[in-house]
Amino acid sequence: MNVIPGVDPEDFSVTSETEVRTEELLINMGPQHPSTHGVLRVVLRTDGELVLEAIPHIGYLHRCAEKIGEKVTPRQFIPYTDRMDYLAGMNMNLGWALTVEKLLGLEVPEKARHLRVLIVELNRIASHLVAAGTYGLDLGSFTPFVYCFREREKILNLFEAVCGARLTYSYITVGGLMADLPSGWLDQCEAFLDQFEPVIDDLHDLLSVNHIFVKRTAGVGVLSRELAVDYGCTGPVLRGSGVDWDLRRDGDPFYTRMYRDYDFEVAVCRDGKYPQPSPPVPTEAVLGDCWHRFFVRMVEVVQSVRLVRQAIEKYRLAEGDIGQPIKLNQKLPPGEVYLETECPKGQMGFMIVSLGEAIPWRVRARSSSFCNLSVLPELCRGCLVADVPAIVGSLDIVLGEVDR
Amino acid sequence: MAQWLSDWLTLSPQWEWVAYLTVALLQAVILLALVMTAVALATWAERKVAGRIQDRLGPTRVGGRFGWLQPLADGLKLFTKEDLIPANADAVLFRLAPYLSFAPVFGVFMALPFSDGWVAHHFNTAAFFILAVLGLEVFGIILGGYASGSKWSLLGGMREAAQVVSYEVPLAFSAMLPILLAGTMDLVAIGEAQRGWFWNWFVFHDPFTFVAFWIYVICAVAGTNRAPFDLAEAESELVAGFHTEYSGFRWSVFYMGEYAAMAAVCGLGVVLFLGGWNGPIPVAEWLFGPASSTSPIVNFLSQLLGAVNFIIKCIIGVVFMISLRWTLPRPRIDQVMSMCWKYCFPLAALAFLGATLWVLMLPDGLLGQGHPKASTCEQSVMVTVERIETP
Repeated sequence: MNVIPGVDPEDFSVTSETEVRTEELLINMGPQHPSTHGVLRVVLRTDGELVLEAIPHIGYLHRCAEKIGEKVTPRQFIPYTDRMDYLAGMNMNLGWALTVEKLLGLEVPEKARHLRVLIVELNRIASHLVAAGTYGLDLGSFTPFVYCFREREKILNLFEAVCGARLTYSYITVGGLMADLPSGWLDQCEAFLDQFEPVIDDLHDLLSVNHIFVKRTAGVGVLSRELAVDYGCTGPVLRGSGVDWDLRRDGDPFYTRMYRDYDFEVAVCRDGKYPQPSPPVPTEAVLGDCWHRFFVRMVEVVQSVRLVRQAIEKYRLAEGDIGQPIKLNQKLPPGEVYLETECPKGQMGFMIVSLGEAIPWRVRARSSSFCNLSVLPELCRGCLVADVPAIVGSLDIVLGEVDR
Repeated sequence: MAQWLSDWLTLSPQWEWVAYLTVALLQAVILLALVMTAVALATWAERKVAGRIQDRLGPTRVGGRFGWLQPLADGLKLFTKEDLIPANADAVLFRLAPYLSFAPVFGVFMALPFSDGWVAHHFNTAAFFILAVLGLEVFGIILGGYASGSKWSLLGGMREAAQVVSYEVPLAFSAMLPILLAGTMDLVAIGEAQRGWFWNWFVFHDPFTFVAFWIYVICAVAGTNRAPFDLAEAESELVAGFHTEYSGFRWSVFYMGEYAAMAAVCGLGVVLFLGGWNGPIPVAEWLFGPASSTSPIVNFLSQLLGAVNFIIKCIIGVVFMISLRWTLPRPRIDQVMSMCWKYCFPLAALAFLGATLWVLMLPDGLLGQGHPKASTCEQSVMVTVERIETP
């Protein structure tokens, strides 16, 4: 060491970079944070921009839905299911209605079946639009969000015409549906689909194949096939990891028979290709990363449009009525039943244990968002702070469903 | 002007500073009014352009059909908000930060020529001055991030420090090309060197300046913290970054700084690359004859036309930046940094080298037509300098 005359080297105690003390920073992300999709709270342990650990804290939206289910009759419970995944109320209604129907051994008429497919797939489109739009928002792109909500608004208008509600529908009930479609509704729905299909390409341009978007999502938060299965991830999160599994095709026969004469493809990457029409997979993307999870939803939207079109045709041709709701205080046969349905966020399962009364003895809801969220600490380990919203957004959770 | 005022008031030499101060104050007021108008228009344009891009209308209520008075309504709302300083904030620095962020940007306009000779303070290192002073803006933001006493703000401030300091290097490098071509740092002379048709603009001078111009655009967007490089205030990651804890008037001062910086970098870019106050077609020369010709009224009209040209180009630049913001997602911090050091900086350095060689090898331009600037680079500078020095 060069000694400067007149200066004692001991005066400079910090001599090298490694001796400078650094600290880990504990950051509280949420529950009031713009991109945790509701009231999720994630505690981040960071080293500068690097996330060492991310621990999700949940429960801010817990409303005792399961316990309430043990105090009311199945038909009275329908509005509570709306409030679980409030972005896909119709799918929640359907899951519960089918579970009760399975317990009762009830099958709805053909017309009701097609109407259910129609409504549920329309709601799937709406839910995926929110997912895609808010995902753009998470990555700092505001405009696709507005485009998505513009289209979702049109779906909500259709729902409003059907049941009077825009968010909490309670439209699908046990034994059928609340009401039949108003006159001229199917034409409006077809008009919507016709103008909606080109919008999907716009969204692909703005998001899926956008260079910055690909750079932000490809290779980020890679969820391996095994990990996805181990954590019980379902829905687009599971399919984003390349697992060819969709309850509409592979589920309980009581559920799959709803789709028995429908033609659709499961949105999953097979040999590096998604069901057409869809843009090619960018070379940077790794199976199971944020890009794939996002893209699965975009592909599912196309498939849902196909399903809605088929359902419209089948509904037009179907004879009969849309079924009768069961009595409000109908006695349930004793027994235990569990049914999972393919909801936009994943597999939503309802379980009923009945002792033969009108009110179930035990109600249980298996939430897809809950299981999908549980994988967050695994995905966030070692990513950057900016990747946390990208990963949370790609899991597409709804806190109403996580907490129930 | 100060001299003239001093003579008119018949001030004795020891009182001459009064005249200088008066003139300086007058210029400051005019500039402040100008900057504020630009900021108000920019916020209005931002909302309107964003609205149109997003299939909305944007403001339509306040002040007629197009919502002209929306900036005023916004400002009024912000002024009346509660002045909030977080309990664990450093109150003095917290108060100081917004002004520290706005003042340098305002200082930039002092040296920015709006038209031939329309500049508050004409000096021969204007380009250097602007680049240096623009860089000071970052202090306000770092300070705001640090003083807020919030972790999100701190992260935002840290990002800002890294990003802006990095992007200043390629920005300055690309700004060096016009300086090299014109042979001066005097912005008036640089603008003057691009007189004539639009192919005389430095952006079309040679392929290297064209590349440098786009590097300048990227670095200008990044240097002013505009989306897609708004990492310091990335709302989806850092809540609101460095201004998370700011509200009301102080928050609006940060925003004024941002919009004024937008106008400033656009103005600088226009002077350096896009011909400054010279229109694409030399209409002014046809109408009013060569510059510094006859009567002061003709001269004034010619300058006014130049200012209109300049402002139109600036508006195009600002609208371009706004539409970028509403189209693109935000890159990650490491991607932003690697883009700066791996692409922008080497490219800017190469462009600088290339432009230098170009001037050396092809002083008459590619077509050998005797490029109006390159062949007489030194000469043209001499002429301009002479012209400026002679009243």
